[in-house]
Amino acid sequence: MSMQLRASPHLHSGRDVPTIMRHVVYALLPICGFSVWQYGLSSLALIVTVTLSCLFAERVANKLSGTVNTLSDWSATITGVLLALTLPPAFPLWMGAVAGLTAVWLGKSLFGGLGHNPFNPALVGRAFVQAAFPTAITTWAPAFAPQRFTEFIPSSLTLPLMQPNDISNWVAANMVDGFTGATPLARWKFEHFVYPMQDMITGAASASTGETSALLLVLCGLYLIVRKFMDWRIPVAVIGSALLLALAFRFFGGDEYPPVHLVLLSGGLMLGALFMATDMATSPVSPRAVWAYGAIIGVVTILIRYFGGLTEGVMYAILFGNALAPLLDKYLQPKVFGARKK
Amino acid sequence: MAQPVYSEAGSAKGLSLLPAPPAHLPLVEGSNSSHGLASLFSSWRRGTFQRGVHPAPHKGTLDQPIKRMPFPRKLVLPLAQHIGKPSVPLVAVGEEVARGQLIARADGALSAPIHAPADGVIEAITPRPNTRGAWTDAIVLRVYEASTQEVRCGEPLDLDTLDHTQLIAAIQQIGMVGLGGAAFPSHAKLNVPTDKQVHTLIVNGCECEPYLTCDYKLMREWPAELLAGIRIALRASGATRAIIGVEDNKLDAMAAIRPHLPADGSITLQVVATKYPQGAEKMLIKSLLGLDVPSGGLPSQLGLVVHNVGTLALLGRLLPRGQGLIERVVTLAGPGIKKPGDYWIPFGTTLRSILDWAGDPECKEREVILGGPMMGQAASTLDIPVSKGTSGILVFDKRMLEPITKQSWACIHCSECVNACPMGLNPSQLGMLSAKLEFDEMAEHYHLGDCFECGCCSFVCPSHIPLVQQFRAAKAFLRERKPL
Repeated sequence: MSMQLRASPHLHSGRDVPTIMRHVVYALLPICGFSVWQYGLSSLALIVTVTLSCLFAERVANKLSGTVNTLSDWSATITGVLLALTLPPAFPLWMGAVAGLTAVWLGKSLFGGLGHNPFNPALVGRAFVQAAFPTAITTWAPAFAPQRFTEFIPSSLTLPLMQPNDISNWVAANMVDGFTGATPLARWKFEHFVYPMQDMITGAASASTGETSALLLVLCGLYLIVRKFMDWRIPVAVIGSALLLALAFRFFGGDEYPPVHLVLLSGGLMLGALFMATDMATSPVSPRAVWAYGAIIGVVTILIRYFGGLTEGVMYAILFGNALAPLLDKYLQPKVFGARKK
Repeated sequence: MAQPVYSEAGSAKGLSLLPAPPAHLPLVEGSNSSHGLASLFSSWRRGTFQRGVHPAPHKGTLDQPIKRMPFPRKLVLPLAQHIGKPSVPLVAVGEEVARGQLIARADGALSAPIHAPADGVIEAITPRPNTRGAWTDAIVLRVYEASTQEVRCGEPLDLDTLDHTQLIAAIQQIGMVGLGGAAFPSHAKLNVPTDKQVHTLIVNGCECEPYLTCDYKLMREWPAELLAGIRIALRASGATRAIIGVEDNKLDAMAAIRPHLPADGSITLQVVATKYPQGAEKMLIKSLLGLDVPSGGLPSQLGLVVHNVGTLALLGRLLPRGQGLIERVVTLAGPGIKKPGDYWIPFGTTLRSILDWAGDPECKEREVILGGPMMGQAASTLDIPVSKGTSGILVFDKRMLEPITKQSWACIHCSECVNACPMGLNPSQLGMLSAKLEFDEMAEHYHLGDCFECGCCSFVCPSHIPLVQQFRAAKAFLRERKPL
């Protein structure tokens, strides 16, 4: 017989970090599945490569820092899957691996691992490859190419450290009606072309691997919200503020600004608002700070898109929000019960 | 069951001279206290406070009545079972005592006397482990095998003839202390200073801790005594009305109390939401009246005094008979208990004798918890006795211990603790500051002093960070450093 001594409370809700992270991975799986159906082998290989490179980077970091094996907390898996979903489907696999290594090492391990990172690791990885490989990251491949399950998009299999293989012949061979190689937001910016809303909800528009179907993203996000693995206030604040601002611009600025559905359903806004901005480690904790954080991301996204050089901008908006999160927490503390008014 | 000596007519007479409660406070049974818009929804919304958690109730033996545990062979009665000065022994080693006899007197105003829980002989007056495990002076009583359950000591009191001072003194003489866990001497709480006024007595029938059912069963079995105790407390504190706050999962208890409520509305029953920590003083006041007890302040600043139902039921039972407090209802529960239930257990009964009688001998590697699982303390030794503040004895086995202690992670800022803290603190930030030993920052900018250690933050923390323990350590550090 032995007497155990522990400090109260002696009960626990039963929830732990790996459970939360594992459910986020579950929620991302349908999105991965949909993108594989859309883009075939290339997409599958990209997701697998990037995830494995993140896991590899995490394990190497464990060894170097002498900590326990942290693969079991599933956070490196989330980073890998999310990162892959933000890359274009035709992205060369070796570049994807570079993105994964950068994401974990530069975005997470250097700061001390899970919970200590100020920026969303997946976005750090993506920001790195956006700067390093500007052409590859804006080269879009058509969805639903007829040969997608039997052959790779040529650029996927580019040899390491080489420029991406040219895909124009492949695109011509697999011609899908209406494919222009530009995202809906880019086409608006350069041609004032209004993409049909239906295509953007169901995933027919050119875009990153995992951001094409707004409907699917919302459904997967709802799963996490219902199971309480995600803070619903963040996507509501991000999408809500972006929507309000886009409506205001459209109302007062007229046709110079894009229609609201283009703003909401493309450029990774849904993916970012639901799965990136909600990253627990890099978002604030106190209620007012959470709302402010979401609103800032939404507003900055719109400002980048309308007045900046980039057609999208969700990534930088979230990184900006991440940077502000500790400050927001500091100045927007929760209201203390019975606090005296100063 | 005996009717209380203290009559209703007497209470009405005694109350007429007292000030009326402020007009903005609602006096309607079952009404919700929220102001403005929220009051529109009061018909369907139970009164409650913000945040908090919903642990599984684990209240397994609700249908059983309160039972009795046989006397153990030995009772260990620490002289300090209450907050305040330890009592002073009145008996010598070798002296025979009878059940209910006064064996230690109160030492000053903030102290309580001790009565013998059984017939027997004083074996020693010597240091023994108290409820916290520290060795302090205690009276050791060897119980006669033929000791009876009957209490022959104490003269019945006619409460109507007592003036206020005599009433307060009588409450002290029976050794009554708060049975909710704090063991603050009841007479001291009820003796409101002359410069303060109390208008409302809050009767705390929430028992929000999982596993515990002792208050629930007392409400169900002793409603008349409870009401008698409330009337005594009303008179002693000078309050004009009492509100019994009961969580909405205790329907039987409410049904038992309702027929005893007076028609004049001076004592009402109000239902509050089932949520932890609903039974915390500040939370219950918020739920019932919508009022915030100021940070660092006491309910008396709002004209309120809060008493536990168990305390008042025993007060209503014992004071009219002039009998001392010698036993209490204790919940025995948890996977390591073979005979779970609520028992009248005499003070001084050691954990060892309770577990020999009710425990599961197969249960190895166990944790014995005094009180509820959220705020109770783990016992370091089985020589610890049940004292006035012990509401439950829970025995947890390996299965319940492992999930929390196995592994912990760094804080991932999930904000679950912030969304659980009933006091609106930022436990995540506090935890990180305490890891850096920045205790002053915690106290000055993050309201460490408002934490009452309810345990919600540790309960929800997916990283299994012992937040409450970190806050206790920080508070202890600041307390030790600053001379009082």
